[in-house]
Amino acid sequence: MQIRVQSEPFDAGAELNGFATGRTDVGAVVSFTGVVRDTDGNLQEMLIEHYPGMTQSAIAKIAQEAVDRWSLSDCLVIHRHGALKSGAPIMMVATAAAHRAAAFEAADFLMDYLKSRAPFWKKEITDQGADWVAAKDADENALDRW
Amino acid sequence: MNVMYFAWVRERIGIPQEKVETQAVTVNDLIAELTAREDRYAAAFADTSALRVALDQELSDFDAPLAGVQEVAFFPPMTGG
Repeated sequence: MQIRVQSEPFDAGAELNGFATGRTDVGAVVSFTGVVRDTDGNLQEMLIEHYPGMTQSAIAKIAQEAVDRWSLSDCLVIHRHGALKSGAPIMMVATAAAHRAAAFEAADFLMDYLKSRAPFWKKEITDQGADWVAAKDADENALDRW
Repeated sequence: MNVMYFAWVRERIGIPQEKVETQAVTVNDLIAELTAREDRYAAAFADTSALRVALDQELSDFDAPLAGVQEVAFFPPMTGG
């Protein structure tokens, strides 16, 4: 299990290759990369605040649950904080399992939980001003399916 | 105890963290104490349904006891991912 919380950019392709290489016990590797989206074409930057003392342990707990529940061989979570430009990768997850259903489901579970239970807060800076991104009911409700 | 604020809660209160001497029994009691201090706290804690609380870096509830807790953090619902 690898968990990284960082301000630096990362190369999702290189991370995925590194994660997938040298495994002989898995039949499936699934990855997801979240990217800063400029919804209205006026995003100057996305500021991501986090709770340093809690972030790593909260993600580790979510990741461990995914590993246990879907018998993953491994999983990777990278999440950035700080000022990000549109198009920049914010975060990624990768899962490795014997079969694809487990790898897909575990990645989906990780994403749902990271969205609502990992202590990050997004603020959008646009030419109209700065606004905290509100949590969506749909994101909270998504946890019910697990 | 150390009380921390994140995102718009931090902005409304105006500081990221502070030491608070309190006899508050629960999180709700602490909120009542802080709210009585100044308008900026009252503004931040006006609607606790829009807030989350962590005790010693674990998500918790507003009726949870504070006995033995070293760090309380208040923040809006998380928007990671």
